[in-house]
Amino acid sequence: MSATTSSTTQTRMPRHLLSMADLDAGAIRTVLDTAAQMHDVQKREVKKIPTLRGRTIINLFFEDSTRTRSSFEIAGKWMSADTINITGKGSATSKGESLRDTVRTIDAMGVDAFVIRHGASGACHQVAGWVDAHVINAGDGTHEHPTQALLDAYTMERRLGSLEGRHVAIVGDLAHSRVVRSNLISLQRLGAHVTLVAPPTLMPSGIGAWAERDGFALSHDLDGVLQGREGKAVDALMMLRVQKERMSGGYFSTAREYTVGYGLTRPRLADLVERNPEIVICHPGPMNRGLEISADAADAAQSLVLDQVSAGVAVRMSVLYHLLAGEDTPTVGTTTEGSAA
Amino acid sequence: MCPDAPVPTRSSSETDPATDDGRTVLGAADISRALRRIAHEILEANKGSDGLVLLGIPSRGVPLARRLAAIITEFEGSEIPVGSLDITMYRDDLRRQPTRAPMPTQIPDSGVDGRTVVLVDDVLYSGRTVRAALDALADHGRPAAVRLAVLVDRGHRELPIRADHVGKNLPTAQTEKVRVRLADFDEADSVTITGGAR
Repeated sequence: MSATTSSTTQTRMPRHLLSMADLDAGAIRTVLDTAAQMHDVQKREVKKIPTLRGRTIINLFFEDSTRTRSSFEIAGKWMSADTINITGKGSATSKGESLRDTVRTIDAMGVDAFVIRHGASGACHQVAGWVDAHVINAGDGTHEHPTQALLDAYTMERRLGSLEGRHVAIVGDLAHSRVVRSNLISLQRLGAHVTLVAPPTLMPSGIGAWAERDGFALSHDLDGVLQGREGKAVDALMMLRVQKERMSGGYFSTAREYTVGYGLTRPRLADLVERNPEIVICHPGPMNRGLEISADAADAAQSLVLDQVSAGVAVRMSVLYHLLAGEDTPTVGTTTEGSAA
Repeated sequence: MCPDAPVPTRSSSETDPATDDGRTVLGAADISRALRRIAHEILEANKGSDGLVLLGIPSRGVPLARRLAAIITEFEGSEIPVGSLDITMYRDDLRRQPTRAPMPTQIPDSGVDGRTVVLVDDVLYSGRTVRAALDALADHGRPAAVRLAVLVDRGHRELPIRADHVGKNLPTAQTEKVRVRLADFDEADSVTITGGAR
């Protein structure tokens, strides 16, 4: 055993998890290591630990979600926190209350954390400035989705071992994906090489300068990347959902065209597995089978899709633990004075 | 890390490694003899090794549990299940310090239901770690009996808890620090006392 088994390694955790950038490499490592221990709770007969007893977590979801919301709720409940779900539709927001008034109203009740999904990029950052509670970003617009990136990294590590020096290709609708930005940050901090693949119309504007600054690769040629023609062979392939609501936006002419160019089709899968049987395939879900990923690929032995869902609870338990269980550190800069007024 | 606080640290291993070596109270040979005696006591109390499960409390309790299991196997010839039980998520002082990453919990395949579980830790101090361990254990099943074996009992209990098997009773002042070093983590086996009034 090495010194790293010492229980005294402590990384200072941020007060909020708004962006993957809030966690440095050490904090990411701590969260993923803790998630591995939390995963064991999932296999127990009694899935309950007392760690967050007496804490109240509000899941505030202004956009639809199955896995993120339920896994945050399960994670909180397994750790004995009281979790309450509020959706945009059923809340006073539908009567015209502003986001600020909604969160400050709930905050005034004395809750400990908000888990927020919102359609507007930056909404969680704003909320963090309005409330005393901790804020966890569960997806804001096309900006970030840090816990998804953490569970992706966790799932890939379980299969591949360390991601240091590994090559991860992220393929699909980069322009509208909040998963991409978070994943880029976490994967790079864990030492992986990242290549982003998308048709030119689905690349966010200004991505060239971003790639240059942060040192990741861009490509429009999926087959070239998969065959290792542009750099080293791919160890992990992350397929992003093509958001059907974009179909009418003129980003590509037909679904068929997208699939031919950028879908993980059966022939591509066969070729890929023949090159590297150890490759892993991820998809943050929900999947459009037959569009960005074929049914064969989704259910292949190389597919980690269900492992990702399973890891989602463990990773979120870890995040809740590190943000909420420790000492109440004085807030720096985010607390608004007289917020109870 | 606040080794001075009377509230429990997980084990004495959390004392500051930068301090001087202090007074050695147990050497490697003493620790070995103490463990062999504890192994005998466990077998005597249990009337053999049937139904025994040893669970070490991370970090230093785990290698101690493994050593005890090896000694018992040497005496009795039969393998006994050994594992680890992390208590991080059950601590009563979580809010008093920054969070720490939990250590692995490994319950042997035999489980703990109906077994005699011997919890093993390096130092018994406030008793809060053991309380947390009892809570953690209850979430894994219902042992027939739970016993406690520690290498050092340094007193200053804050809860009504006592050890069944003790390597050495060590009267200490609360200002002193007891440090257990084990070859599994450190350069050699030893128990030292540092600090306190001189």
